[in-house]
Amino acid sequence: MAAVNPAIHQDTHDIHDHKPHGFLHRWLFTTNHKDIGTLYLVFSLAMFFVGGAFAMVIRAELFQPGMQLVQPEFFNEMTSMHGLVMIFGAIMPAFVGLANWMLPMMIGAPDMALPRMNNWSFWILPFAFLMLFSTMFMPGGGPQGGWTMYPPLALQGGMNVAFSIFSIHMMGISSIMGAINIIATILNMRAPGMDLLRMPVFVWSWLITAFLLIAVLPVLAGAVTMLLTDKYFGTSFFNAAGGGDPVMYQHIFWFFGHPEVYIMILPAFGIVSEVIPTFSRKPLFGYQAMVYALACIAFLSFIVWAHHMFTVGMPLGGNLFFMYGTMLIAIPTGVKIFNWVTTMWGGSLTFETPMLFACAFVILFSIGGFSGVSLALVPADFQYHDTFFVVAHFHYVLVTGAAFAIMAAVYYWLPKWSGHMYSEKWGKVHFWSSAISVNLLFFPQHFLGLAGMPRRIADYNVAFAEFNMISSIGGFWFGLTQIIFVGVIVHCVFFSRVRATGQVWEGSHGLEWTLPSPAPYHSFSEPPVITAGMLAHGDVSR
Amino acid sequence: MTQQATSLNRSLIRTAGAVVLASFFFGFAMVPLYRVVCEHVLGIKLSGEAANATGLVEDTSRVVSVQFVANVNSKLPWSFTPEQSSIEVHPGKLTEVWFDAANHSDAAIVGNAVPSVAPNSASLYFNKTECFCFTEQVLAAGESRRMPVRFFVDPKLPAQVRQLTLSYTFFANEAATERLADTGSARGAVN
Repeated sequence: MAAVNPAIHQDTHDIHDHKPHGFLHRWLFTTNHKDIGTLYLVFSLAMFFVGGAFAMVIRAELFQPGMQLVQPEFFNEMTSMHGLVMIFGAIMPAFVGLANWMLPMMIGAPDMALPRMNNWSFWILPFAFLMLFSTMFMPGGGPQGGWTMYPPLALQGGMNVAFSIFSIHMMGISSIMGAINIIATILNMRAPGMDLLRMPVFVWSWLITAFLLIAVLPVLAGAVTMLLTDKYFGTSFFNAAGGGDPVMYQHIFWFFGHPEVYIMILPAFGIVSEVIPTFSRKPLFGYQAMVYALACIAFLSFIVWAHHMFTVGMPLGGNLFFMYGTMLIAIPTGVKIFNWVTTMWGGSLTFETPMLFACAFVILFSIGGFSGVSLALVPADFQYHDTFFVVAHFHYVLVTGAAFAIMAAVYYWLPKWSGHMYSEKWGKVHFWSSAISVNLLFFPQHFLGLAGMPRRIADYNVAFAEFNMISSIGGFWFGLTQIIFVGVIVHCVFFSRVRATGQVWEGSHGLEWTLPSPAPYHSFSEPPVITAGMLAHGDVSR
Repeated sequence: MTQQATSLNRSLIRTAGAVVLASFFFGFAMVPLYRVVCEHVLGIKLSGEAANATGLVEDTSRVVSVQFVANVNSKLPWSFTPEQSSIEVHPGKLTEVWFDAANHSDAAIVGNAVPSVAPNSASLYFNKTECFCFTEQVLAAGESRRMPVRFFVDPKLPAQVRQLTLSYTFFANEAATERLADTGSARGAVN
C-alpha cells in the first residue's frame, strides 16, 4: 500500500513554481490557496498568543483571592476579549487555513473555486481585529459584557459597542465568504473519481461546517445589528422599557451560538479521522457512519440552543425538549469516539506527535463531552449554570478538543507544507508539556464550579483559593509551553535539514500524499487520474 | 478554469448568497416568531392589550388569591408600591386594585411598567381591562400618582392554580424622557 505512485514523488527539481515576486505581490495580492492557507494559519497562531495573553491576565488575577493586579473593569474586558479573540481569531481562522491548504490537494483540485474571494475573506480579518483591539484604547475601554454580549449589560459600554459590533460583522462576512468558497470547491472541483462518499473525512467535515456557517453567521449578524439599533437608533428589540425582551436576545444569539460550537469542533473531528488511521496503519473504521454522524450532529445543533439558558424561566416543556435534544447529540458523538477507538484496535500503532495529540483529543474531548451531558440535565444545570464548571466544560472541548486537533493537524501536514520533518523530540516535549499542564489548568475548575464559584468575576471566596492557584500554575505552564510549538514550527520551516518524502508517513493515504513535499506552488493543474489504492476511502478499482 | 466550472460556481454563489440573506432575515423573523411561539405553543401571554370583559360569568364556587409585586429598575429614581399586597377574588369577577408611584428626582421622567404573571402557565387566564402598563407614564419632578389596574381571572383557569402573582417592573424609558426634555411634552402620556 505504501508508495503507491512512486513516479510522482521524485522530480521536485523540475517543478517551476511561478511564485509572484515581491513581498506585497506574494502575500497581499495572492490568490493561491497555499499562500492564503499560510496567511490564515500564521494569523490564527498570532491571535492564539494574543488571546492567550488575555487569559494569562485572567489567571494571574485569579491566582489569589482578593484584587491584586487589575481593576474589575479590565478583568471583564479580558474575559470578553479572550473569548472573542480565541473563537473568531484563533480557532475559526486556523480551521479555514487548514481547509485552504488541504482541501484542493485532498480532492485533486488546482486551487479553491473562487480564489479572489479567498484573498478578500482573509484580508478582511486583520482589519476586523484591528478595530476590535482599538476599543481597548478608547474612553471606557473594550467590551466588558462577555463574548456573548447579552443586553442590557453589553449596551452599557461606551464607544466600544459600535466598534465591536462592526468588527463582528466583518469577521462574519469573512467567514461566510470562506464558507461559500469551501462549498464551491468541494462540490464543483473534485477530480474525476472522487465521489462524495470517497472524500476524506476532513473534507466532509468542512463541507458540513461550511453549511452551518452560511446558515447561522447571518443570524449573529442580525442579532448584533439589533443591539446596534437598540443602542443608537432608539429601537426596543431587547429593551424592556420599550416593550422588548432581553431574553429574546439570548434565544437569537444561541440559535447562532450552538451551531457555532459545532463549527469549532466538526473540522477537528475531520482532522482526527485523518490522523488516527494513518498512525494505526488501518483504514478508518465505519467511514460512512462517521459521515452520517457528522451530518446528524450538524442537524441536531439547530434544535438545542436553549440549553445555554435553562435558568431564564422557560416553561417545563421547553426545558424538557432542549434537555432531551441535547442528550441525543451524545449518540452520534459516541459513534465517532467508538469508531476512532475501533480504528486503533488491532492496528500497528506508532505515536508520533500528531498521533499523540489525536489520542489526547479522543480522551480529553470525551471528558468535555461527559461534563456536557451533565450540563444538559436541567436540574443539575440550575446548580452549574454560570459557574466554573461551565468554564471547565467548554475549555475541555475547545482547548483539548479543537486546539489539540489543530496542533495535531499542523504536525501531521507540516512536512507536506515545508518539505522538511519537524523535530520529533521537541514535538513530543510540546505534547507532553501541553497535555499535563492543560489538565492542571482546567480539571480543578470542575471542582470550583461544583463548589459554586461563579465565572467572569475578578474576585472569589477564600474557600476557592487552592484550586485557583493550581489552575493558574497550570495556565502559566500551558501558555509558556506554546512557545515550544512556535519553536518547532520555525525550526521545521526554516532550519530543518531532514527532507520529507512525498508520502511523509508510512501509513498515509490520499491524494495530498501523492504530491511531492513540499507541495508545489501549483498542484493538480491537470486533474489526477485516481487509481486503485490511492484514496483512503472507497475503492476505485472497479 | 473551464467555462462549465465558472457557471457552476456562479450558480452556487447565487444559491449560497440566497441562503445567507434568508438566514439574516430569519434572525429578524425570530422577533415576531418569539411572541407567536410563547403564546400559541408554550401558552405564555406577552401582549399588553386590554381584554374585553363583556359577558363575564362569575364563578362563586372558587376563590383565587392574587398577589401584587412592584419593582423599580435601578436606573429609575421612583418609588412604586401596590396599595394591597394580595386579595382574594372569584374567577370571572372584574376587580380594581391600585398602585402608587412617585418621582423622587428633580426632573420629569417617562417610565414604562412591564407586567409579568406567575406561574407563567396561568398568564393566559389573567386578563387586564385597564392598566397603567398599557401606556408610557410621565411623572413630573416630585409628582406622585395613584394608578388603577382592572382585571379579571378567566373562569377557565386550571383547577390546580389557587394563587397568582402579578408583578410589575417600572423601567426608565430613556428615549421618551429625552424627547420630553427636548420638546416639553411626551407622546402617549396618559393624562
